[in-house]
Amino acid sequence: MARPRFLVFQLFFRSSRVQKKRAFLTIAAIAWGTLALILLLAFGEGLGLSLGKAWAGMGTDIAVIWPGETTVPWKGLPAGRAIRPRIDDIRTIRERVPGLVGVSGEIIRWGTNFTHGDKTVNAPVKGVGTIWGQLRNQIPSPGGRFLNPLDDAQRRRVVFLGTDLAKDLFGDEDPIGGSILIDKVPYTVVGVLIEKMMFGNYSGMDANHAIIPIRTLYAQYGSDRLSVLVLKPEHRDGMKAALAGVAQVLSAKYGFDPGDERVLGTWDTVESGKIRDNFMLGIKLFLSIIGVLTLTVGGIGVANIMYAVVKERTREIGVKMALGARSHWVTGPIVLEGLTYTLLGGVAGLLVATILVYLLSLIPTGDNMALKALGKPTLSPAIAATAAGVLGIIGLLAGYFPARRAASVDPAETLRYE
Amino acid sequence: MKLPLAMTTDETIIEMAAIRKVYDTGKIKVEALRGIDLDISKGEFVAIVGPSGSGKSTLMNLIGCLDTPTSGTYRLTGQLVAGMNKDALATVRNRRVGFIFQNFNLLPQISAYENVEMPMLFGGVPRRERRRRIEELMERVGLADRMEHKPTELSGGQMQRVAVARALAMDPDILLADEPTGNLDTSSGGDIMGLFQDLWEQGGTMLVITHDAALARRAARQVEIQDGLITRDTGRPEAGSTAPG
Repeated sequence: MARPRFLVFQLFFRSSRVQKKRAFLTIAAIAWGTLALILLLAFGEGLGLSLGKAWAGMGTDIAVIWPGETTVPWKGLPAGRAIRPRIDDIRTIRERVPGLVGVSGEIIRWGTNFTHGDKTVNAPVKGVGTIWGQLRNQIPSPGGRFLNPLDDAQRRRVVFLGTDLAKDLFGDEDPIGGSILIDKVPYTVVGVLIEKMMFGNYSGMDANHAIIPIRTLYAQYGSDRLSVLVLKPEHRDGMKAALAGVAQVLSAKYGFDPGDERVLGTWDTVESGKIRDNFMLGIKLFLSIIGVLTLTVGGIGVANIMYAVVKERTREIGVKMALGARSHWVTGPIVLEGLTYTLLGGVAGLLVATILVYLLSLIPTGDNMALKALGKPTLSPAIAATAAGVLGIIGLLAGYFPARRAASVDPAETLRYE
Repeated sequence: MKLPLAMTTDETIIEMAAIRKVYDTGKIKVEALRGIDLDISKGEFVAIVGPSGSGKSTLMNLIGCLDTPTSGTYRLTGQLVAGMNKDALATVRNRRVGFIFQNFNLLPQISAYENVEMPMLFGGVPRRERRRRIEELMERVGLADRMEHKPTELSGGQMQRVAVARALAMDPDILLADEPTGNLDTSSGGDIMGLFQDLWEQGGTMLVITHDAALARRAARQVEIQDGLITRDTGRPEAGSTAPG
């Protein structure tokens, strides 16, 4: 005789029901735990996304190099010499170091006067290579553009303005196509940076400075010594080799020990990104642990109610055993019941969490940096999968232990007396 | 029309030899059965009588495979019960034994129909066959019109008749009834005993545990237990009977 395939389900539906109020409270506890878990994960996700975006604001997988001074003697040259690469060294690096998306020099002049109409603002100006825009995520707002190779080759007096600087100079006026004076020399504004979050910076926020072609800057100010070099390898794993290559090229030209780490101060964002990722992972783990613990409390509630159920149904269980129920036909429906309460609560919690996350996304962040950095809580398939997995495990455990007690019911004992 | 004893065949349903059952509660050991020899053949109607504490419930549990003896051998329809695991015992209970309890032990949340169906679910009887059999059984116990009633909507006598139908569901080799009329009024109790009588006459093997002497007299064979030993067996005069049944 074939066993009915869904016997456990049939038995589940024929088990006596728990009190509605108790079931409701248990489900509510699970819903609450699920809500807590999902909201915490969603906040973690939102924070991670927003931080990731903000860190990418400076550029992704780039390295920033500051030329410094030698600290060890090299081939008869004393320590303490300043190493100052020039604009033309960029071409040499490009030619000699393989595997680069690009490398750009950057000359920074602090305290430059910007004038538009009767308004004068003091801000840094940076002369950069054209590739710099790509390396440093300089996205122009609609209507404008970043600098192009012709600008640099022809030493055009064109400027790409940071968001805030443009606002300071032009107010509500459209800056694109407008003209400004940079230290009394006229420039045409070709683009304005879009508004962006930016956490890392090495010479002020991009929003507060102006970008001009590096050769234009050289022509105006007469210095071709680079303040900073920015480079990006084709693959993040190529960063170490790329940095070593740059050190090799510059060491050959300027005479310093390529192993002298103080000559070229380096900010490798691949490396710092790893630390950041670990940090984010830590935060997310912390949030998940709190969420899982809250949910576990709900799970203990389910286990509790199921223990009570087993106790109440001892006779029912004994009768079924006397009639020939095998252990798993007794335990199965109980596990199923625990799982049902858990999953019902889980679905309720997920629904409420989804609604809350949607409502939270409607709150405008405005100019509040803290709110911007916190980001919007975000639901993702990974979060749903995590919540479902945790719920499943908790539900199974909450049913399993009471079910084990049910299986240990001695039918002879329960049936003997009233 | 009665066919007393004529239905008895040589086919042995219950074979118990030197059965002992000791309850070990840690501090004290209680010897509930102290060496029981009992054979019951197919078609017998046996009443086990004895005062409370005599060991008759323990004996019923052992016969019904709800429990296993401490020592001795027990064969149920030739099958050795000792050493079976819980699930194997569950299968034996399902196929071989039909239980009827003093307090009916129907599941209160499901209908009479579903109560009778329960052992057949465990036995893997197909749905259509289950329906046919339940209808037949409910007809037989006179409750064909009460199938969808919950136990709480039935009288005591009706509940016990549902329990009888449930006990018969898997067509067991033996019906075990533990004080089946203990919770019933005289009239309902009489009905149930009448039902047992009918079942026996149709070839069933019945074992009733009772302390009701009037009830016991309706059985063809009486076995009396005292202090864990059989003191009288009208079917086995050699087992130390003091008076004929």
